[in-house]
Amino acid sequence: MSNDTYVIRHVSVLGGDPADLVLRDGVIAEVTAPGAASAEGATEIDATGLVALPGLVDLHTHLREPGREDAETVETGSRAAAAGGFTAVFAMANTDPVADTAGTVEQVWRLGHEAGLVDVQPVGAVTLGLGGRQLAELGAMATSAAQVRVFSDDGRCVHDAVIMRRALEYVKAFDGVVAQHAQEPRLTEDAQMNEGPLSGVLGLRGWPAVAEEAIVARDVLLAEHVGSRLHVCHVSTAGSVEIIRAAKARGVDVTAEVTPHHLLLTEQLVTSYDPVYKVNPPLRSEADVAALRAALADGTIDAVATDHAPHPVEDKDCEWSAAAMGMLGLETALGVVAEAMVSTGLLDWAGVADRMSVRPARIGRLDGHGRPIAAGEPANLVLLDPTAPRTVDPAALQSRSHNTPYAGRTLPVSVVATFLRGRPTVLDGAVVGGAAVRA
Amino acid sequence: MKRHLLSAADLDRDDALLVLDTAAELAQITDRAVKKLPTLRGRTVVNLFFEDSTRTRISFEAAAKRLSADVINFSAKGSSVSKGESLKDTALTLEAMGADAVVIRHSSSGAPHRLAHSGWIQGSVVNAGDGTHEHPTQSLLDAFTMRRHLAGGKGDLEGRRVTIVGDVLHSRVARSNVLLLATLGAEVTLVAPPTLLPVGVETWPCATSYDLDAHLKHTDAVMMLRVQRERMNAAFFPSEREYSRRYGLDARRMAQLPDHAIVMHPGPMNRGMEIAAEVADAPRSVIVEQVANGVSVRMAVLYLLLGGANLGDGTEA
Amino acid sequence: MSAARTPDDTRTVLDGAEITRALTRVAHEIVERAKGADDLVLLGIPTRGVFLARRIAERIRAIEDRDVPVGSLDITMYRDDLRRAPARALLPTEIPPGGIDDKVVVLVDDVLYSGRTIRAALDALNDIGRPRAVQLAVLVDRGHRELPIRADYVGKNIPTSKSEKVHVLVTEHDGADAVAISGHANEEDQ
Repeated sequence: MSNDTYVIRHVSVLGGDPADLVLRDGVIAEVTAPGAASAEGATEIDATGLVALPGLVDLHTHLREPGREDAETVETGSRAAAAGGFTAVFAMANTDPVADTAGTVEQVWRLGHEAGLVDVQPVGAVTLGLGGRQLAELGAMATSAAQVRVFSDDGRCVHDAVIMRRALEYVKAFDGVVAQHAQEPRLTEDAQMNEGPLSGVLGLRGWPAVAEEAIVARDVLLAEHVGSRLHVCHVSTAGSVEIIRAAKARGVDVTAEVTPHHLLLTEQLVTSYDPVYKVNPPLRSEADVAALRAALADGTIDAVATDHAPHPVEDKDCEWSAAAMGMLGLETALGVVAEAMVSTGLLDWAGVADRMSVRPARIGRLDGHGRPIAAGEPANLVLLDPTAPRTVDPAALQSRSHNTPYAGRTLPVSVVATFLRGRPTVLDGAVVGGAAVRA
Repeated sequence: MKRHLLSAADLDRDDALLVLDTAAELAQITDRAVKKLPTLRGRTVVNLFFEDSTRTRISFEAAAKRLSADVINFSAKGSSVSKGESLKDTALTLEAMGADAVVIRHSSSGAPHRLAHSGWIQGSVVNAGDGTHEHPTQSLLDAFTMRRHLAGGKGDLEGRRVTIVGDVLHSRVARSNVLLLATLGAEVTLVAPPTLLPVGVETWPCATSYDLDAHLKHTDAVMMLRVQRERMNAAFFPSEREYSRRYGLDARRMAQLPDHAIVMHPGPMNRGMEIAAEVADAPRSVIVEQVANGVSVRMAVLYLLLGGANLGDGTEA
Repeated sequence: MSAARTPDDTRTVLDGAEITRALTRVAHEIVERAKGADDLVLLGIPTRGVFLARRIAERIRAIEDRDVPVGSLDITMYRDDLRRAPARALLPTEIPPGGIDDKVVVLVDDVLYSGRTIRAALDALNDIGRPRAVQLAVLVDRGHRELPIRADYVGKNIPTSKSEKVHVLVTEHDGADAVAISGHANEEDQ
């Protein structure tokens, strides 16, 4: 653990009144009135005008390692996460080999630890090889060094109702949660974009909203029936929002996430046939975007999760139907949420902290993240400048891939610094530390 | 005209009439001793076909050759190019060869659009059919054929009633025809089982119906779309027999058409499925003429895209 | 030059009566040269050449009491300057039913200038058939040839500067008959 002490002066905690923060020994040692903190030999950071939030937590990241290191590695993904203000990411299981054994999840966890920029928390596969037929050894993954609590076949839907039911029941033994990629497979065979008038005009096979909503509806009923916890990945439709809202009102233990891109982008972008906009679930309509924003604002949707999906150039530099699905998200998530939710007045910074840190940490049972900014708490923080717009340059991203849909777009805020347990991983907007300088 | 022809929506009414009028002039050269014009001498037209379509390729090839363009046929179908980067690599190759126009047929909707806007090539791109998206030159030759028979070969198709029947969902011909015919003032009705109409078809500039018999009496041109038998396996319709009975054009149905009405089909036909053999071969069938008109229309398109000065991207001529 | 003219200054060089006389004379010359041959075909080059060809045919009918086939020949696809402008709309080509093989074809155009239009017309004719002879009739020859081409019948020779423009108006298309010149005459041409 670093012995360095940092004093962050005049920072607006959660967008409130300015204060000084003293970070020492991995925790927030003191929170004082602005200018009042004193610490011998500490590194001073003038944070006038900056906002401090708890380090962001991403429930849904594809780090691609092992298997597709040409797209991303745990190390490059960690750099991207830190640059985006994250201190913890959940690494999805659809790697090669699939993270369906204790050995594989421990490997990912260890790679994350070695990279040392964010806490990489592996997600375990629900079924062997994401095959949807046989449960993976969920208990072994739970009791491994990685202490897996979130299980998902993301990329594929656990569509067999019996397998889904058993998974929901089984993870209760270790307080796990099944994170469902809600996509009815038969309704979405070879689907290319949101199904609607535009897909008809563009001649692209439709991915109907009902294919998501049917699974969400089934799964909340299953979760209700067996008294289990359910998490719904990347909710993308107004109909799913209504189902989740109703389920929550009935007391079903369901949580949900939305991606930044589903909060900002619509299917109209597909008219360019540029595969950088090809993603699963697909970009939806204006009405869906509005419903998702409202649901995130009122808490029906608990969390923003990036679904960061790096792809090498050749998988995107091609015709639409041949292109891979997915877009980068870690380094733009905070900016996109600021534009979609904060600039619009739907969330304040405390609300952003809740949806991007507190609730995702709680859903993933990640102690030590998503904590209040208070004395004695782990010093996981992000400092952002709410008045410094940033234009996205794909070439300047930390990720190994460049498939951002925001190239050239100006987002309203910048990440200035990120602290992981009191140690800076980003300072002045640049990634610092990591494996090479780990104490 | 825009620099590329990717969609029938790229043509406004004036553009569409310009193509049809030009095609009408060019149709004359088929009657001449020398069926060739020097206009595109020194220009290179590449037929880039990622999907088998001998008839469309031959039509474009004949059109380009009658205008004296150099023609390169690039058939890229095959397993090695079915994935990913091949479109880009192929495009870069064609660019290096100095293609002035690329006529592309591709199974992926939007591939011509991608080729035109990716910066991979400088030349004009002509969509010769992309996936289930569009086939604009087919719609132009259909409109040309209708104009000859229904409008005295001049002007637009204002008020002409066109019924398009069959697998609209998977038909690039239907999409382009609806757009172009609406631009030219025709009243289009799509007739299909509900399973074969796209979601959102109510937003298209046409009417829809599930009942073919109700429309035949009020039709100036009926266009039968090819229905692939495999669609049956995906439950779009129960059986060939039921499809044919409900939506096929047989002699009994043809007899309901007004005397002046014509029967069209973009080919290739499934005789006995969507169209009975006796209908396909009937005097009012203009299916063979459609093929001939295809060459004239494609000559017109190539001339209007390539016959003038090179224009900057997106510049209107 | 003391009396400067504005660029849009236009002066009429032939009025309607003079055009009529010129066309009548051309018709007589064509008949004279044909020596009563019955294999004449007049092909006007669109747009105004077609109207002039029809008028000449009328005069011939008046003189000889016989019909001369009249058609039109669009030369757009044979132009040598296609790439200098956006693609042009085609104009009608109508070859009379008897064709042009072994006929004496008289091309009719409004103005003879560089000769490039006639060069294109000769190429176009070559693709249509094999006339016994090709002759050229123009209403105005304004000089400045760039190719070895001359007219067989000229309504009027009008010396011009290259910077000037010659406008031919015909009643059928423009509502009146006139030939006018606009623009500066270059001093070095004077």
